[in-house]
Amino acid sequence: MLRTGIKGWVLAAGFALTALTGAGSAGAQTPAPAATSPATAATAAPSGLRPADSNQGQAGGTVQKADAAPQSPALAMDGAPAFNATTSAPGVGQPLDGVIHIQPQVTKNGLRAHWFHDRILFPLITIISLLVLVLLVVVMVKFRASANPVPSRTSHNTFIEVVWTLVPVLILVAIAVPSIGLLQAQFKPAPAGAVTLKAIGNQWFWSYQYPDHGGIEITANMLKEGNQVAPGERARTDADGPRLLAADNRVVLPVGVPIRLITTANDVIHSWAVPAFWIKLDAIPGRLNETSFTIDKPGLYFGQCSELCGARHAFMPIAVEAVTPAQFAAWVRAKGGSMPAPGKASDAVIPQPGADNSAAAADEAAVANAITGPTENGTDTPTTSPQGATGNPGGVGEAGR
Amino acid sequence: MTDTALHPSAFVTHDDHHHHADADHKPAFFARWFMSTNHKDIGTLYLIFAIVAGIIGGAISGLMRAELMHPGIQYLPHWASMLHGGEEQSFDQALHLWNVLVTAHGLIMVFFMVMPAMVGGFGNWFVPLMIGAPDMAFPRMNNISFWLLVPAFLLLLASPFFGGAGTGWTVYAPLSTYGEPGPSVDMAILSLHLAGASSILGAINFITTIFNMRAPGMTLHKMPLFAWSVLVTAFLLLLALPVLAAAITMLLTDRNFGTTFYDPAGGGDPVLYQHLFWFFGHPEVYIMILPGFGIISHIVATFSRKPVFGYLGMAYAMVAIGVVGFVVWAHHMFTTGMSVNVKMYFTAATMVIAVPTGIKIFSWIATMWGGSLRFPTPMVWAIGFIFMFTVGGVTGVVLANGGVDDYMQDTYYVVAHFHYVLSLGAVFSLFAGFYYWFPKMSGRMYSELLGQLHFWVFFVGVNLLFFPMHFLGLQGMPRRYPDYPDGFAHWNNVATIGYMIMAAGMAIFFVNLIWSLIAGKKAPDNPWGEGATTLEWTLSSPPPFHQFETLPKID
Repeated sequence: MLRTGIKGWVLAAGFALTALTGAGSAGAQTPAPAATSPATAATAAPSGLRPADSNQGQAGGTVQKADAAPQSPALAMDGAPAFNATTSAPGVGQPLDGVIHIQPQVTKNGLRAHWFHDRILFPLITIISLLVLVLLVVVMVKFRASANPVPSRTSHNTFIEVVWTLVPVLILVAIAVPSIGLLQAQFKPAPAGAVTLKAIGNQWFWSYQYPDHGGIEITANMLKEGNQVAPGERARTDADGPRLLAADNRVVLPVGVPIRLITTANDVIHSWAVPAFWIKLDAIPGRLNETSFTIDKPGLYFGQCSELCGARHAFMPIAVEAVTPAQFAAWVRAKGGSMPAPGKASDAVIPQPGADNSAAAADEAAVANAITGPTENGTDTPTTSPQGATGNPGGVGEAGR
Repeated sequence: MTDTALHPSAFVTHDDHHHHADADHKPAFFARWFMSTNHKDIGTLYLIFAIVAGIIGGAISGLMRAELMHPGIQYLPHWASMLHGGEEQSFDQALHLWNVLVTAHGLIMVFFMVMPAMVGGFGNWFVPLMIGAPDMAFPRMNNISFWLLVPAFLLLLASPFFGGAGTGWTVYAPLSTYGEPGPSVDMAILSLHLAGASSILGAINFITTIFNMRAPGMTLHKMPLFAWSVLVTAFLLLLALPVLAAAITMLLTDRNFGTTFYDPAGGGDPVLYQHLFWFFGHPEVYIMILPGFGIISHIVATFSRKPVFGYLGMAYAMVAIGVVGFVVWAHHMFTTGMSVNVKMYFTAATMVIAVPTGIKIFSWIATMWGGSLRFPTPMVWAIGFIFMFTVGGVTGVVLANGGVDDYMQDTYYVVAHFHYVLSLGAVFSLFAGFYYWFPKMSGRMYSELLGQLHFWVFFVGVNLLFFPMHFLGLQGMPRRYPDYPDGFAHWNNVATIGYMIMAAGMAIFFVNLIWSLIAGKKAPDNPWGEGATTLEWTLSSPPPFHQFETLPKID
């Protein structure tokens, strides 16, 4: 409790004194980042409209020179954070030190799953563990050799054996009902009008595509600390987000609009995870995985790669900036994209495997594939190769080593 | 088969000097320890091997906890350059070393510590003694089972010097195929092949021994529960390990011979590897814990001076765990993008396992109920096991829910869960068994004071080490991270302090072990009194080199 209080106080101080960077982060071991305010960072890295096909994937901040782009009043472009991470409520969208609970949820399914864990599973497992503990203590006290020198010879009691078989069965059935319901809710395909986000895992950064918004593409690399970058290169500031979580380019998504998330990977398996959304979906080369969620509150939400993917597995964060639909539309235009006309592109429902096998759904899927198929093919550049690993000096993945 | 089983003289070790060896004649040092066909000697070799592997695996986890004590990369670059003869290594090399440590810790603890100790060590020592057999059915195969483990372990230990396998113990493709060049991963794969062959041979040996060499009158339904647990474990080994062998053989050919079993570019599927791996991997976790169940049953009954409650239920609960354990594997893969129906099935099937496990927990408590309980060292470990395994088990019920697992998958919550069932489950049962049988194996008593001290220090240490990992997982900290955001700092720090306390507990164990072997009181045949009813307590401590030359009769 004390720690939480201190952390909250520190964050409040950070909020009030944004210019004094270094106050918002509690890590004593962390080297203090270069003291630049968000505004200076923006000037140091002028960027704006990025052509969709100039996707660059080097580790470290990619700084792009570009023509002046139409600036949205609410959103800064690449290079400068719009949502100042130091102003987020403590523990929302990022880990909070010293606490023992699940991160606050900002999606409907997340709230539902959070409720299921906190109100059903957690009390239940606590009660069962305590029951076993109490039984053990009672047995140890009541039947210690000094209190009970002559042991009984009981070795069977059919009634009690049936009871402790059936009662757990009933408890498990009681768990299974909401659990299955939760799964059904999570597997509901994104409805018409959903925004499609395609997340592509690479060693070791994420690239993103908005196939229905004029093919916007973003590359997100982790922002390094001030003492780790070359002079002139962009370093993390507290406004960008916490150490190891801040990315140079954030994924921008609208609130209140269903998001269709599609994941795949170019080299090895990665996993796109944002705890605040209750979303974790593996990004597997050669496959397109799909799920959907709707973000309820604007804000900054961080996640990290969640499948071991090589040396810099811990250094490919996910930073999502959730904004109002109007701001999202402005951002899309600023990135050179366009909002899809109603009834086009991702408005067609793409059924998930096993979700709906009706002929109508299959027809719809065929239409959807015809529209979106080619642009969504993440493996059209054959980056994987069946070469023997032993003779391979680095392969695709380990080029940096 | 029955004929040979009844004539123990057929199994006497090679003996150059006498044609009719008396029961306690031992061969000379080299022949005895390097060419051994004696189940007790091979059991001892397995236990020594497991202790050595446990020290190495435990030291590796110490390196990891040191690095994780504070946010930021502290020691890895230094260690990486040490490993390569003082040459400065790139930052990525240092990070790669982290993955190598994670992988080595997992593989060593699973394949070279828990399995050899449980099945190879205690199984070899006590299955023949408990069923009244003179030795294992295939003594020479027993020898090769052990000696296959040694080159397997050496291959794994050598691999860091050739770059290191940083794939995780799961060796997921494609990280393990084109993601990891160099010979290290091939060495790790061959190491698993050898360890797997060793286990399969051992499993065949145990199944044959238990089916054919029980003493006259000992029906399967009269067999001690530890023998039951090893029987079920042997079947799991026999059915699961060939699948692992197939999976990693395909990895090997993908890596070296241009096949594309797991490569989508050639029509393969990375997820196929995960299905094959976990078809082995899930039974594997029961392989590690089932013999522990057997050990705990004997200890609880012995120190309650009461027969095991619900013996048949206990035996068939283990069979049920073994059977159901084969049809739940994909709960390790909930985030790989399965369909909703598959996820629902694996959620439900996984939760079913809680039922036989619950039967075992309650039956142990019922065994103690009405007993006359004493609490020497093996019993405190056993009671500690029952509670800690329950805690690890119930978090498994949380993880079983596919919808909830989307949050927990690959976070420290999972790390906490499987360390509660393994490090506080399997390892507690190993210590319980070690203290229980140490007088029988060595002929000397351990120090009760040091044994109790070992338990309490270790108990506090591991709980401080692993319980905060639940909190880290709930806040979303992913596994296999050498560095973490500062929001995870506090509990990581606590965990490392827990590791130090745990390590102090282990120091007490080793002091106890050495002191007891040198200066321990001579152990009587049965130091535990009338509660200890299995056949090993009818023999001298230590038992004669060849026991049961006249087979015992069971009524």
